Amino acid sequence: MIRLIISLLTMLCLGSVLAADSHGPAMQPAKVDLSDELSLQRGARVFVNYCVSCHSASFMRYNRVAEDLGLSEESVKTNLMFTSDKIGDVMRVAMLPSEAEAWFGVPPPDLSVVARSRGPDWLYNFLLGYYIDESKPTGVNNLFFKDTAMPHVLWEQQGLQRAVYRAEDNGGGENATIMRLELAQRGRLTENEYKRLVRDLVGFLVYVGEPAKLVRHRIGFWVIVFLLILLVSAYLMKREYWKDVH
Amino acid sequence: MNVVVKGLTGLRDWVDDRFPLVKLWNEHMGQYYAPKNFNFWYYFGVLSIVVLALQILTGIWLTMNYKPDAELAFASIEYIMRDVEWGWLIRYMHSTGASAFFIVVYLHMFRALLYGSYKKPRELIWVLGMFTYLALMAEAFLGYLLPWGQMSFWGAQVIISLFGAIPFVGEALSLWIRGDFVVSDVTLNRFFSLHVIAMPLAIVGLVFLHIIALHEVGSNNPDGVEIKKKKGVDGKPLDGIPFHPYYTVKDSVGVIVFLILFAAVVFFAPEFGGWFLEANNFIPANPLVTPEHIVPLWYFTPFYAILRAVPDKLIGVLLMGAATTIFFLLPWLDRSPVRSIRYRGPIFKTALLMFVISFVALGYLGTQTPTPEMTWLARGFSVIYFSFFLLMPFYSKIDKTKPVPDRVTGK
Repeated sequence: MIRLIISLLTMLCLGSVLAADSHGPAMQPAKVDLSDELSLQRGARVFVNYCVSCHSASFMRYNRVAEDLGLSEESVKTNLMFTSDKIGDVMRVAMLPSEAEAWFGVPPPDLSVVARSRGPDWLYNFLLGYYIDESKPTGVNNLFFKDTAMPHVLWEQQGLQRAVYRAEDNGGGENATIMRLELAQRGRLTENEYKRLVRDLVGFLVYVGEPAKLVRHRIGFWVIVFLLILLVSAYLMKREYWKDVH
Repeated sequence: MNVVVKGLTGLRDWVDDRFPLVKLWNEHMGQYYAPKNFNFWYYFGVLSIVVLALQILTGIWLTMNYKPDAELAFASIEYIMRDVEWGWLIRYMHSTGASAFFIVVYLHMFRALLYGSYKKPRELIWVLGMFTYLALMAEAFLGYLLPWGQMSFWGAQVIISLFGAIPFVGEALSLWIRGDFVVSDVTLNRFFSLHVIAMPLAIVGLVFLHIIALHEVGSNNPDGVEIKKKKGVDGKPLDGIPFHPYYTVKDSVGVIVFLILFAAVVFFAPEFGGWFLEANNFIPANPLVTPEHIVPLWYFTPFYAILRAVPDKLIGVLLMGAATTIFFLLPWLDRSPVRSIRYRGPIFKTALLMFVISFVALGYLGTQTPTPEMTWLARGFSVIYFSFFLLMPFYSKIDKTKPVPDRVTGK
């Protein structure tokens, strides 16, 4: 049995090593913190200011955001709701799907559960990963989503980055390997401020992906405490009954 | 107090005159004698029943809000996760329950391999259990389509198309299963019907028969000796104890330990790192976009790896079918005079270990993007997998066994 477990573990480790990709800069961890309510509130603000004009979150209701993030419905109405005036409404997109298709080629996806399909780390790195690429209609490309149709919506905040290629690749080309990105044009925020903004936004998306995540750890803790107490009493009862079995 | 007891006794007698209440209770609980030496491995039968009950209860509540419609299904699950009171908990219990079901059933089956529980006179218990296992696989496959995510859709598309490999009738058969040329709303509707009515009914019925057959011949035990052979003056097995209260109190300890582990997953890691809920299934089904990497959930991957290891599609499908159904033959393949691994010889022990390793390894390989090396590994493990069964009549017969004691041993 132990041999079996060891071989299983070895195989799992081996698998993850094989799966690791070796090209380009590595992903950085997003390190979102759902217990930081202020961060989630800031993330909500970024989301409605920069994302909702093209992306919907059609499973997320504004009044639920108010309730979960400790905001009053009034405050949500004035600060977060630009696409609807009913507090019980879901986060709809401002533009028409036909327009979206004409502008981007593909309609921008709904972001309700994007943190669950892509994962927070990917979202974080994607939003940090834009660099100048004149060959694209948007003028930018992305390290983690090659040839994305999405323009760099937050460029005024981040500034614009330029790709630094591997020395052998002589500054670019189709299959050149990008070693890192460097700032070509300063934005309104410093690097750390921008990272915080992206982290806030990704944290909000993680929350939107699963609002129950805010409560389930706390409930789960008490469920397990209850079961442990029940376990002790059940065990004592078992011991009592089994005294006469030899 | 006296009045209450009198009333209840009266009610029991009234029912007993019209229905064999006390008789049934005694036959299956109060005077059902089970061996006293059950160990850790004997918890997984009752745990399977606990998970079955959980799946049925959570399933009833999910059905109240789920919409079996290709346009609405994905959104209705998110509606359950957000707008339905405690919907997220019910849904996570059901999704975790599906994987938990296979974990406990695989361990329950492994117990039978360890202690030879399928051997005479318990062949029929084993066969009924195998039918339950097949029904469970069908149930899980049908249910996985319902969230209508990318993996739901493409997983179903791939598995149903396997039937197309059958000569002459294959294409017509897969068309008949889908009810359409691709997986569609029609498929979703019929899968829903089968998932919530047909398969649960079949599973409950089979479990009932499984337990009736078990109680007819009596339980095996880690020593593999028949406790009915040694009876006391009162006619009761010397090594047996009444199921109730001894095993009801003992099993409740096991059930609570299981529930603690279950709650840990439900509340703290419901996706279980992508093994219980896949990331790609949070993307709504899109018939126009094929995911790069289509894999079934972990409990099917050993068989999926066997399918992929064979270059010919038809032979692959047949071998995959054989890999799941060959278990039926175990009672007749095993020629050993002893049941329990405790008294078997080194050949059987080695064979069982190799089988477990190949099953787990195939399960792992089935989750990976195949490379030529991995395909060769999968072929090697498939050969071991089938050899365990096909060579069993020989190696189990020539294996050196130890003498089996008359009575059960301590632990």
